[in-house]
Order: sequence, then C-alpha cells, then structure tokens
Amino acid sequence: MKLKNWGNYPIVDAEVFRPSSALEIEKILHTSQELIPRGLGRSYGDSSLNSVIVSTEKLNRFCSFDEKTGLLTCESGVSLAEILDTFVSKGWFLPVTPGTKFVTVGGAIAADVHGKNHHVAGSFSQHLASMKVILGNGTSVHCSREIHPELFWATCGGMGLTGIIHEASFYLLPIETAYIRQRIIKTKNLSETIAVIEENKHWTYSVAWIDCLSQNESMGRSAVILGEHAVKSEIGYRYRNPLLIDKKKTISIPFYFPGFVLNRRTVQLFNEIRYKIYRNHDTIVDYEPFFYPLDAVQHWNRMYGKRGFTQYQCVLPKETSEQGLTALLQKISASGEGSFLAVLKLFGKQEGILSFPKEGFTLALDFPINSKTMNLFIELDEIVKKFEGRLYLAKDSRMNKEMFTSGYRNVTDFLEIKHYYDSGSKFHSLQSKRVME
Amino acid sequence: MKYILFIGAGSDIGRPLSFLYAKQGYGIYLASRNIDKLQRDAADLVIRFGIEAKAYYLDVTDISTHGGFYQSLPEKPLGVICLAGLLGDQSIAERDFTVASQILATNFSGCVSILNIVAADLEKRREGFIVGVSSVAGERGRKSNYIYAAAKAGFTTYLSGLRNRLHLSRVHVLTVHPGFIRTKMIEGKSTPHMITASPETVARDIFHAQEMKKDFIYSKWFWRYIMMAFKMIPESVVKKLNLQ
Repeated sequence: MKLKNWGNYPIVDAEVFRPSSALEIEKILHTSQELIPRGLGRSYGDSSLNSVIVSTEKLNRFCSFDEKTGLLTCESGVSLAEILDTFVSKGWFLPVTPGTKFVTVGGAIAADVHGKNHHVAGSFSQHLASMKVILGNGTSVHCSREIHPELFWATCGGMGLTGIIHEASFYLLPIETAYIRQRIIKTKNLSETIAVIEENKHWTYSVAWIDCLSQNESMGRSAVILGEHAVKSEIGYRYRNPLLIDKKKTISIPFYFPGFVLNRRTVQLFNEIRYKIYRNHDTIVDYEPFFYPLDAVQHWNRMYGKRGFTQYQCVLPKETSEQGLTALLQKISASGEGSFLAVLKLFGKQEGILSFPKEGFTLALDFPINSKTMNLFIELDEIVKKFEGRLYLAKDSRMNKEMFTSGYRNVTDFLEIKHYYDSGSKFHSLQSKRVME
Repeated sequence: MKYILFIGAGSDIGRPLSFLYAKQGYGIYLASRNIDKLQRDAADLVIRFGIEAKAYYLDVTDISTHGGFYQSLPEKPLGVICLAGLLGDQSIAERDFTVASQILATNFSGCVSILNIVAADLEKRREGFIVGVSSVAGERGRKSNYIYAAAKAGFTTYLSGLRNRLHLSRVHVLTVHPGFIRTKMIEGKSTPHMITASPETVARDIFHAQEMKKDFIYSKWFWRYIMMAFKMIPESVVKKLNLQ
C-alpha cells in the first residue's frame, strides 16, 4: 500500500504488517529481509518508511500501572493521547510530551522526543525505566540502565534501528489539576527573546513562537510562552473538577490546499496578525491548547499542498546560539520562504547516543517542499554545520550523510551497538540508508 | 457489576466492542483459545476503564467443555456476544471433511452449543441479551466460501428461532450481518476499499443496535441493499457468473 508520514513526502509503496503480539512480530521477522517499525506516522519524513513496515498500531495495550510511583508499563503502540485520556482524570500527566499527542510510546522513545520542559525534565528517555526490545532474530531482550545498557541507550533515539520496542515502562508525572498557569511575554527582537527565555528558565514549560519573516531590527520578535502545572488554589471556578477538561471541537482540513495559498504574502500576513494578537498576560488554560494547539486541526499537514512539506529543526550549541540563529533567520527572511509555524526553545543537558537535543537553542520551521526550499535547506545546513549544530532525524526527509555525521558524532558508537544486537542487519529505514550507510 | 461475556473475543471486533461496554461500566469476560492475548487484553481493560475484566480459555469447537466453562464464571453475564468465526480454506474443505467440519463447528455447531447454555440461563433469569455475529456471506452461497457461508446461514436461522423463543422471557437477541471488515480474516485478500469497514465501525454499529434492541442489522448499513440486489439475481444467472 501507498504510505507516507506527516510531511506527505516521500511517498512509498510498502508492505505493512500489523502484529498484535510478540509471537506475531517474531513470525514477521523470520519471513522478512529488512524492515522498519512504525507507530502513528507522525515523524515528518522517511524515518519510519521502508518497503516492509511493522506497524505497532495493534500493539496498544496497557500492561500495568503502579498508583504509588506512577510507573506505567504499556505496549509500544499506545499513543500519548490514550495515556492522557486514561490517566489525567486519575491525576497523572506525561513526563515529557511533544507538540502532538498523536504519537506512540514506541515512537517517542525511538525519536527520544522532547517537550517544552526539556530544560528541566530532559527528553522522554530520561523518564524511561526499562523496555522490552525484540531483536532481528526474534528474541526479546529486557533492557534498562543496568541490564543491557548499550541496547537501552542505543534504542533511545535509535529511530527503530536496533529492534522493535514491544513494551516500555516509564514514570508518569503527578498533577493536581489538568490546567496550566500560562504567561505570555512579547519580545521585540532576537536578543530580547533569548534574554527572556534565559531569565525564565525556572518555569517548567517554556517555548517561543517566533515571527520568522520579520526583518532588520525586529528580526526574531516572538511571543515567549511559559507554563506551570496549576495547583488547585489557582484555578478558581474550575475547582469542582480540577482534573476534568471540556471536550473540544476539532476541525479538519478536508483536502490538500493548492500551492498558491502559501506564499510570501499570506505567510507574512498570518505571522503579522498572530504577533499582533498576542498580549503580555497571565491566564489559566487547560492542557490541550497549551501543549497541543495544532491537534485541534485534523490533517493540518494538507495546508502545505500535495507535494508535501518538511520541518527544518536544528539545535545549536549554547555559546554560539545567538550568532547562529541570527544567521539562520537572516537567510530565511531574505529567502521569503516563511513558515506558518516557527518555534524557538532552549534545551538543557542531554544523555544518549543518537538523541537529538543538546544544550542550546533549537529552532523549528515548517516549509513546503519545492526546489527553492530545497536549495534554502542546503544553505541552512552550511550554517548549522559551521556552528556545530545538528538536525532532528524525526523531522527530516532530505539531509545527506555528511550533514548527519557532522552533527551526530556518536554515530560510530551507535552503529557498533547496532551491529552487535542486529547482527542480521534487519532494521533499515529509507532515512538510515540515506544518512548512515 | 454486570458482566458481558465475549465468545471468540480474539476476533478483531472483540477489542473495540469490549471498550464500548467497559466505558459504560460493565465488567468484561473474554473467552477464546488465545489465552495469552486475552490476558493482556483483560489487563488493558482494567487499567483503561477501572472495571473488572477476566480472560478464559474456551475452544468453541470443544463442545464437552462448554457447560463447565459457563458454570465456572464467577458471576453470570447480563449479555453474551458471540464473535467466533473461521473462514477456513474452502478449496481444502471441499475435499477434506475434517477441515470442513472445523469450519462448521466454529461458525455453527459450537456456537449453538454454547448459546444453548447461555439461553437457558438468561431465559430463567428473564433478562439480558445475546448478540450473534453472522455474515452477509450466509445469504447466498458462492463457490469461493460456501461451506463457511452455509454455516453462517445456519447460525442466522438459529438466532432467529432463538429470538422467537426468548422474546417471551424478555431476552433480546441481535443478529449482525457484517460485510467486509478490515480484519485478519481477510488479510492479504483485496476487498473494495469503499465498502470495507474498520472493526471499530462495526463494533459501534453492534453496540448501538444492541442498545436500541434491534433484531437484525447489517454493518455497514448499505450491505442491506447490496445483498437485496444480489439475492434478486436468479440462480440460473448466478451460476453462470463465475463469482469468486
């Protein structure tokens, strides 16, 4: 069947298996040459695409939950949305969540996802106690920081290349309410944005929406959005049901927008209006609009047209962040290839072998795929390389091997561990073939 | 807590349907041969919905165990949903009766055996419901699956008779005629995308029909008209059509 991920690019013809047990996975492994596991397909590019795909959509059972410690064990196909639906009402939240809840636990581990709290809570793997990984030869290996630590660390951020994650155990975060105390601070330019983010590092959640098309003295103007889990005394009339939130209506983009809808003018207008709408203020909002504003618009990826889009997400080391970000934003605003969604965030320290985050600023921008943006990416790559940054594999569909190895210095360690545990070399994605082989 | 018993719970419709009942606060008994899978499913139901859920080994074709199985349930169920089914390999079943009888037993005689026991209990208690999942295939034989279809035809007729009998005892019997469903039963076969339903859709249809106390439904609804048209073609024509 024809298959693509969130960016609608590339599209592949793949044979898809949907096992519902370890036994069924084993059978598939014995009959297939090479394959890659896939969750809900929310990575943007080709990380989870290949000619044979093992979908984890039917591996979505909760296995156990410890109400004292918050340790949840579930199968890898469980989505973060299912976890929220089940556990928020019981007073638990995800320790780390990306900008969409429609990702699976397996995908969150494989991409070692980060959230708005990375600077205090680290990435998803930091909260992971252990997991069961099914290797290429069909054996299931229980691994953690103590048992098979190499496999554990290579699987966190390992993009599904070490084996198929079958089960994972991780700690949920206790919460008093389902609400967030939110503060918005508007900034006038990049250095002010960076300063405000740095000053507010003590906030658990922090992210900046950045107007990537504004130029000159207002380049890098942003709305810095800060958040903290609200306690009962802060939420006023909602007190009766502090863990309950209203069901939201979602809208759906019914078809692919034609290419001309997104042009310099419309994107500039959108960014302008959005910046004007933001006000400096403090409010209480529930967790959905705070963490998942885009989940309210189903199929929003169709706005970028049939040819698809990608997200250019890079991280730059802290010391050179401001300089590097300035160079990147100059290049982008000059090109006029603006993006509806541009996000800036400060990462904290990070463990791991292939995990994307490292201490410094990360910038993420969506771009439609066309020849102009492809050329822009190559120019941006040069800047990222120069400032010793790297790109996020989960968002990528086009970086080359050189760009990858320059950013991910541990790749040889990773491949060594992969060869040991995946000696039959079963696990490959189109992306891994492009950047690692 | 009132319980719903799922027979053939390993079916792809079983899990989404059990979610709908668990959400209403019913306890769930899951029964089928694949006990490992059912135990995982039961643990999932307990965590997700905070209800009681238990898994039982049950071979629908092993008729001698049925009485003991039903006796062993800690609390007798309010509703019983029979999802057991086996498409089997028609081409082998045509020549090998052991294969044919396996198909007949899973789709028909085994279901009759367990539902007889259930019906007697519900009739005595004067409450509850039985849902039997048959198939549109049972409405007209085709050369590619007529042994399966014949068993389903028998099951449909059994259910309609049972409905007649239990009506007086206020026990509701629902017959479900699903068309193509995206399940492991048809994995690898190409079915027309437009008329192939997801297991979740069929589960929702079954749940609503049971709540509305309907006697008979197609899922999805348009199969009523597809089958109506198909049954109107005279046999003398159908035999020449070489239908798969």
